[in-house]
Amino acid sequence: MKKLLEVKDLSISFDTYGAEVQAVRNISFHLDEKETLAIVGESGSGKSVTAQSLMRLVPMPPGKFVGGSIIFDGEDITQKSEKQMESIRGKDISMIFQDPMTSLNPTMTVGKQIAEGLIKHQNLSKKAAHDRGVELLKLVGIPNPEARIKQYPHQYSGGMRQRAMIAIALACNPKILIADEPTTALDVTIQAQILDLMRELQDKTGTAIILITHDLGVVANAASRVAVMYGGKIVETGTVDEIFYNPKHPYTWGLLGSMPKLDAEGEELQAIPGSPPDLADPPKGCPFVTRCPYAMKVCEQHMPDYKELSSTQKTACWLLDERAPDVEPPESAIVGGTEVHG
Amino acid sequence: MAETREKLLEIKNLKKHFRIDRKHTLRAVDGISFDIYRGETFGLVGESGCGKSTAGRTILRLYDASDGEVKFHGENVHARKSKKELKSFTRSMQMIFQDPYASLNPRMTVKDIIAEGIDIHGLAKNKKERTERVNSLLKTVGLNTEHGNRYPHEFSGGQRQRIGIARALAVDPDFIVADEPISALDVSIQAQVVNLLKRLQKDHGLTYLFIAHDLSMVKHISDRVGVMYLGNMAEIATSKELYENPMHPYTQALLSAIPLADPEVERTRERIIVEGDVPSPISPPSGCRFRTRCPFATDICAKVVPEFQEYKKEHWVACHLYDERYADQMKQ
Repeated sequence: MKKLLEVKDLSISFDTYGAEVQAVRNISFHLDEKETLAIVGESGSGKSVTAQSLMRLVPMPPGKFVGGSIIFDGEDITQKSEKQMESIRGKDISMIFQDPMTSLNPTMTVGKQIAEGLIKHQNLSKKAAHDRGVELLKLVGIPNPEARIKQYPHQYSGGMRQRAMIAIALACNPKILIADEPTTALDVTIQAQILDLMRELQDKTGTAIILITHDLGVVANAASRVAVMYGGKIVETGTVDEIFYNPKHPYTWGLLGSMPKLDAEGEELQAIPGSPPDLADPPKGCPFVTRCPYAMKVCEQHMPDYKELSSTQKTACWLLDERAPDVEPPESAIVGGTEVHG
Repeated sequence: MAETREKLLEIKNLKKHFRIDRKHTLRAVDGISFDIYRGETFGLVGESGCGKSTAGRTILRLYDASDGEVKFHGENVHARKSKKELKSFTRSMQMIFQDPYASLNPRMTVKDIIAEGIDIHGLAKNKKERTERVNSLLKTVGLNTEHGNRYPHEFSGGQRQRIGIARALAVDPDFIVADEPISALDVSIQAQVVNLLKRLQKDHGLTYLFIAHDLSMVKHISDRVGVMYLGNMAEIATSKELYENPMHPYTQALLSAIPLADPEVERTRERIIVEGDVPSPISPPSGCRFRTRCPFATDICAKVVPEFQEYKKEHWVACHLYDERYADQMKQ
């Protein structure tokens, strides 16, 4: 499969009053054509900053590009001028955000907001852009699109606003769609509708999706590959099956164990003790060392290298070193055998 | 479970309406009835706008009820009360709020936040006793005693929620309404708070009303669960029964919409996807309120409001599908 996007050793920091917060520290990953890559992590893990940096949306200052490269279409995005970025944003790479109410413009009709990109990037006339807008609203499942296109975002419900956002993002047939927590603000029944819609549209248009989320259920439902982020680093990456059925990083185990299982009886949840590291003063070694039940001396001092467990799975953990003791994942982290009712 | 369970709360036909303007009334809670037994956790779930938070607040008398009644220890919560009566009553019911950032006064130290209830109810004889109580509460919820001198902004979300829990526990309540106490927290921190709430319930003999939209977490913590839709109760059952044998089409859809953390299951699973959005509670649909999105709806659902009935032991449902009187009409 062809690599669409390749991120190498990317580091991004923020200058704050007290110190430099190292939000993203030396991460590398790639995105294949037509796939869905999920980036999972808790708040403050750096997943949203990573996503924003792909479109150069990190405000600088206070943001600061420390190093690395983002190769898209053979060119390094980090080296482009603001003007050049304008012709990429919304055309080749577009984005949908968590909160559809605050990311749509309340003073513009939905139709105008869809037409904006079409007029700029595809040189359509106002009339043609309007017609294409109606088509797009129909495509994302908004009933009565001819009337709805003239309305303002506040006249839409939460689920419909997210559909409208998707329509805007897909207007110019982008190669990459970045979805930053697209369903977090929505109710479960609406979430199911939106996830279905995204899958259906991907089948039709072949857009590759980067899905940022903290919800492992959404990951299992929508992703083909997963990158797990913690403390500004990617600690484990693999196909969705590898991450759920053969996870090797204790943080991935912890995440899987903290989720209540619908079919399990009320035993204690396996909480991860403590809280995430302060990225203004990140641990010298592995970021998970303070909360890891298996932490060793070496973990405090040195960041482990990635160990390739298969052609697709890579994990950064000292437990995988041949000198480390053998550790089995806890029972709570074992996924599978879920019975589905209802 | 024994038949001798003691009812701590009896909620009968509780309504809370908000007047929007002269012509419009928002029926946030529109006639719900259920009991909460001593020592149990009753989970209340539903989508945003279904009235679950309003129900929780009305039960505590944070809102006055529009109609119906709530009995706590057999005593009417919304009855006229003198200041003294009200004070002793509020001591036995407490609340934990959703947003740990907005629900703690930023200008008070954690010690004073927790001790506010102790001061108001005069539970500590002197300063020393007050400090002792606060320190023991801090330890109970897993914080250090020196945390008492700090301000809320110095804490993470999970720690703040622990402060909110300590504050609720300070006056030795019997009953706590927890309104989405974990929704604002990260997954790994959610599990910590849920485990803490469970442990406290065991140690202090607390009764919880646990309000949430996350059905899997509610299932985990609750003994019984009530599912609300647009101000009405759609179904009540023990959490195991509700999950294994959901009867109301809305509960079925809700359960089937939760994405499970298991890719194999997700790939093969048949989903019941309900169409459209929740209608406005200002002008709810006639008859059954779920009928506009229900895959089984027939004409009768628009005409007759389904009765909330116990079709199986401890399993209450409001749906014509199970009502023999409408068996013919529902077959189509």
